[in-house]
Amino acid sequence: MKRTLGTAFKYLFLIVAAGLSVFPLYWMAVSATNTSQAVLSGSLIPGGSLAANYRTLLAGQDVWNAMKNSFINAFLQTFLALFICSLAGYGFEIYHDRGKDRVMSILLLAMMVPVAATMIPLFRMFSRMGLLNTYTAFILPAVSTPFLIMMFRQNARSFPHDIIEAARIDGVSEVGIFFKMFIPTMKSTYAAAMTITFMNAWNSYLWPKVILQSKESTTMPMLIANLIAGYVTDYGSLMLAVLLCTLPTIVIFFALQRFFTEGIAGSVK
Amino acid sequence: MTIGQSEKRSSKWLNPSLSQRQNITGWTFLLPASLMIAWMSFYPIIQAFWLSLQSGQGTRLAFAGIRNYQYLLKDTIFRQSMINNFLFLLIQVPIMLVLALVLASLLNDPKLKFRGLFRTLIFLPCATSLVSYSIIFRALFDVNGFVNTMLIRAGILTSGINWLNDPWTARMVIILALIWRWTGYNMVFYLAGLQSIEPSVYEAALIDGANWYQQFRKITVPLLRPIILLTAILSTNGTLQLFDESINITRGGPANMTMTMSYYIYKTTFQQVPKFGYSAAMSFVIFLLVAVLALGQMKVGDKR
Repeated sequence: MKRTLGTAFKYLFLIVAAGLSVFPLYWMAVSATNTSQAVLSGSLIPGGSLAANYRTLLAGQDVWNAMKNSFINAFLQTFLALFICSLAGYGFEIYHDRGKDRVMSILLLAMMVPVAATMIPLFRMFSRMGLLNTYTAFILPAVSTPFLIMMFRQNARSFPHDIIEAARIDGVSEVGIFFKMFIPTMKSTYAAAMTITFMNAWNSYLWPKVILQSKESTTMPMLIANLIAGYVTDYGSLMLAVLLCTLPTIVIFFALQRFFTEGIAGSVK
Repeated sequence: MTIGQSEKRSSKWLNPSLSQRQNITGWTFLLPASLMIAWMSFYPIIQAFWLSLQSGQGTRLAFAGIRNYQYLLKDTIFRQSMINNFLFLLIQVPIMLVLALVLASLLNDPKLKFRGLFRTLIFLPCATSLVSYSIIFRALFDVNGFVNTMLIRAGILTSGINWLNDPWTARMVIILALIWRWTGYNMVFYLAGLQSIEPSVYEAALIDGANWYQQFRKITVPLLRPIILLTAILSTNGTLQLFDESINITRGGPANMTMTMSYYIYKTTFQQVPKFGYSAAMSFVIFLLVAVLALGQMKVGDKR
């Protein structure tokens, strides 16, 4: 009796937790299809105003330009970060010696450097270089992160040394071993690193707000944040914009969930 | 140095051995990442410190010594935003970490039904961008928002509470939002850690008659200590840098009562006539707080 009561309580707790986790997202999706009036009266069922909300949204905002910017920024940053950090993680593990270990522990200190502390000098530097409102300025500060380097270094540990020795005897160059053997065998690590980097890039807000000041260079998070700046808010079209900003990361989440959780937990190993 | 020796050295330089060549390759592999971190993190933080010793408006700066830091002590808005950051840290982080631990230990039970589904759903908020969920929570807790509408309909309230206009309810909304967004994230760390605990440990405890709470206190928490420490450091680091929530849920209001340090720095640098030196001094304080708290937590975690 006592045990069944305990089990029932466990399930109840989990159901409430799961329900609360999903509810705000459900409400967002439903509100995107409702009129502002219906949203305010607390409607929880989908309505027929999706098209109308879309027209309202597009009349005031260049949503597709912001989407394009967000995608270009996120893709470029992800591609460069994966290349630079996996190269370094591989180097730290495969060629490790005391000097390189020391460099690694110095690089780890960068984890403690907050964006708020570097943004002013970086803003001044990029504006002197004439790089305000460019993809370059968005991308560069996060192409090399200690977290990714660590992740690749940890995972390179499982890359068998025998293969490297065999390849060297066969005359494969050091660079060739990395490109032709390491990258293909480490696909799941790359997938995990990709989901994390893409999400961080897509969701980033403070740095683009500093460096991307022109209308043309606006990203999705910046665009939806601007929508609530006015006095009158049209909740239907606002929630549609929030939905559009959330959709790409939700899709990636469901497609690559296993890699995503592995990526987060990767630093625990 | 004889001629013979120098010849030997130069030939070694021109014709490095295999292991030397590999060593050089290794360093080349590290170079791009290391240079980028040096350029984008270490150089700016040194510059921020140098800048914090100067004062003036816009680009006309002059050396000022520690004057910015002295001014900082008298700045009531900065003091308030620092207090706010610490309130969020002290209230939100413990609640979230305990909740994440409880959820992880419940979901670690292999006999639990719908385990994968529960995991996915509780983890789902992590896929939402910080700005998106901030706007969702702002809309939910608006005076005319969903929460008030439901409370009035249920007969609990007669008129809506202005959640975002009272210091404590506004903070509560931000804390709720943070818990919603990050609990699943921390849970994933704990679930990964729990996988390395042998199931036989729990079986033995069960035979000894230990109930769920005793198992949680005596097995789960002690064995996960290093991971709990890691999540505590990550959360502290994140909470001291809060920006997206403060600006998008409450605009820092009412009367700066939910203003965070990052938001205040952003405001003084990019929304008013920039006082780069003063802003840099504030940002350097955040850097010191993050570094000191992270090192402190590591020390405490090591001892116990």
